[in-house]
Amino acid sequence: MKMINIKINDMPLQVMEGTTILEASKQVGLKIPTLCHMNLKDFGIVNQSASCRVCMVEVEGRPALAPSCSELCTEGMVIRTDNLRAISARRTAVELLLSNHPFDCLLCPKNLECDLQALAQDLGIRDIRYAGEKMNYQKDTSSYALVKDPNKCVMCRRCETMCNTVQTCGILSAVNRGFDVFVGPAFNLDMVDTSCTFCGQCVAVCPTAALTEVNNTDAVWEALNNPKKHVVVQVAPAVRVAIGELFNMDAGTITTGKLVSSLRSLHFDAIFDTDFGADLTIMEEASELIHRIQNGGTLPMLTSCCPAWVKFFEHQFPDMLDIPSTCKSPQIMMGAVIKTYYAEKMNLKPEDIVVVSVMPCLAKKAEAARPELTKDNNNNVDLVLTTRELGLMLKEAGINFAGLPDSDFDHLLGESTGASVIFGTTGGVIEAAVRTAYDWITGETLEKVDFQQLRGLEGIRSATVKVGDLNLRIGIAHGLGNARKLLEDIKAGISQFDAIEIMACPGGCIGGGGQPYHHGDMEIIKKRQAAIYAEDRGKVLRKSHDNPYIKQLYEEFLGTPNSHKAHDLLHTHYIPKEKI
Amino acid sequence: MANIFSLENADQKLKALDAFILEQDAKEDALISILHKAQELFGYLPSELQLYVARKLNIPASKVYGVVSFYSYFSQEKRGKYTVNICMGTACFVKGVEKVMHAFSEQLDIKSGNTTPDGLFTLKDVRCIGACGLAPVVMINDKVFGHVTENDVSRIIDDYKNMEGSEG
Repeated sequence: MKMINIKINDMPLQVMEGTTILEASKQVGLKIPTLCHMNLKDFGIVNQSASCRVCMVEVEGRPALAPSCSELCTEGMVIRTDNLRAISARRTAVELLLSNHPFDCLLCPKNLECDLQALAQDLGIRDIRYAGEKMNYQKDTSSYALVKDPNKCVMCRRCETMCNTVQTCGILSAVNRGFDVFVGPAFNLDMVDTSCTFCGQCVAVCPTAALTEVNNTDAVWEALNNPKKHVVVQVAPAVRVAIGELFNMDAGTITTGKLVSSLRSLHFDAIFDTDFGADLTIMEEASELIHRIQNGGTLPMLTSCCPAWVKFFEHQFPDMLDIPSTCKSPQIMMGAVIKTYYAEKMNLKPEDIVVVSVMPCLAKKAEAARPELTKDNNNNVDLVLTTRELGLMLKEAGINFAGLPDSDFDHLLGESTGASVIFGTTGGVIEAAVRTAYDWITGETLEKVDFQQLRGLEGIRSATVKVGDLNLRIGIAHGLGNARKLLEDIKAGISQFDAIEIMACPGGCIGGGGQPYHHGDMEIIKKRQAAIYAEDRGKVLRKSHDNPYIKQLYEEFLGTPNSHKAHDLLHTHYIPKEKI
Repeated sequence: MANIFSLENADQKLKALDAFILEQDAKEDALISILHKAQELFGYLPSELQLYVARKLNIPASKVYGVVSFYSYFSQEKRGKYTVNICMGTACFVKGVEKVMHAFSEQLDIKSGNTTPDGLFTLKDVRCIGACGLAPVVMINDKVFGHVTENDVSRIIDDYKNMEGSEG
């Protein structure tokens, strides 16, 4: 690779050819402010629209300033990031953005999490020299998952990059031109009428509150304060390795015990683990896979835990609805078991139980509202909170999360195995399924449960796992664009697999749209992944079918995996949907 | 969204559109010419037609809508028989096209973007049409009128009305 000599603020340095001025500045410890720019290198996700003009710098010998995020260094380039001309250009850009932005920061859902607010602070903006017309658009509150408020949009196009390039859903586009431009779906449709999967990756990267989640905290507070209701909470695996970040703990800190204590402080009547639902999912899914393999059923079998993925294939591959597993997701299985098995045991009427889920995900909110999963009000999930919303509730309640002691989930639906913990990361669901399928197919006990070949952060991975005489061909994809590639290869007969795991979000649930904001720092996602595997290693039981409470559930209530009763409560069907 | 076949002579027009799309080499790059063709055939680009094009080219409908809403040449509303495009580009603006716009608006009794009740005229302001030497420029369907002043407006409108009368 060719090296180039440049000078930044009188400092000489060498950079590789193809380096942007912004990257070069980082090498010498300079921070040039940015807003629209996003570079999630490890996932190959780049937004380089250079639309915000916040990162302008001076290049000697040129009449105009250059956007450092997209301008490449050239031999002999002399750059100034710190003179008055550059600083005032950047300040002007931010002032112009603010002149068309609501000043309701105190009431804004992104207060203290907003990149524009942080920028105004970093640049010392104390006055806005421009006054003019302001955008005035309707908020889109049509869905159960996300809220779109175009009045807070700064046209950075990050959401479009996620929606179009990374997830290939193609829902969001710039509409109109000039001052009238805004980001929205085709024909100004409501989000709920589009093929949006509600993966929430647009929310995860939005620098302002133009895209946020539907807030359910008030409804949960009301349920908790209703003496007639028995309020049960369940927590997804990826929440326990991320929520600490909201309380100034290091990324990747495992906070399972504190999380349980914090939920106890909020006075939930029972605190259960979605991991139990994940173990239950493996019982059903591994049985389904073995059944399909041994009886010439449709292969590959695709996992169905991720509701954004489910909605994606319903819209994009409506002719392939026979290949996903029919298993409900762990969250929905938990809802079903809580309102039947648990209700019976506790002598409670299902209608008196409120099931609250804490999820790293926005799509889980939409999933819980799907008609076929709510038709029976005594067999469902009532309210879904994101990791961030639970953080808000804990702050509101004045709970010192980081200082809490550890405690354990409640019995019956609170015990889980290492197999279920890894559901939180890409590769985890299929590894959990393999651990169980191995024992069941071979009749032996698998000693080495770590399948390194299934782990990692590559967008599309494949591996062959030897299970007795059988070579199990496994495919893994995370990010819906990668999932699309994998599916198209299967459709075209290029790839052949027995089982495929798909998660919609880059990294899996650890990178979900409901997690604490990563603000472009992918190290955070990696640390969460390492924490998930550490939690798995620390478990005595590492295989779902070894969970004694799962065994008890089948003995006392469900019979065997894939039994009639199990089908009735734990399985679902898919509905072909239009692509728009 | 209405069914595309509820549009007038949709069957025949879609056949012509399909044939045009087939002729294009790089389909996605040809989006703008395909939209031009669609508008030429149907007179405007209702959402069901945009969706048809999107599915035909296998691109997101939001992308097609983004392009259609960006260019003022494309119309999403049914237009009159004659579209009066008033160029609001810099050169025409400097040469006083605002007065011409005002005269058309007053004499047709409609605002820019609207269509006269008899379905004859649609008035539109457009961005530079690239005939700056003739500024101020008005384009009625494919016919270009150069150096237009507000005094020419009533004559132009009458010519079209008369043409209509003699045809009828």
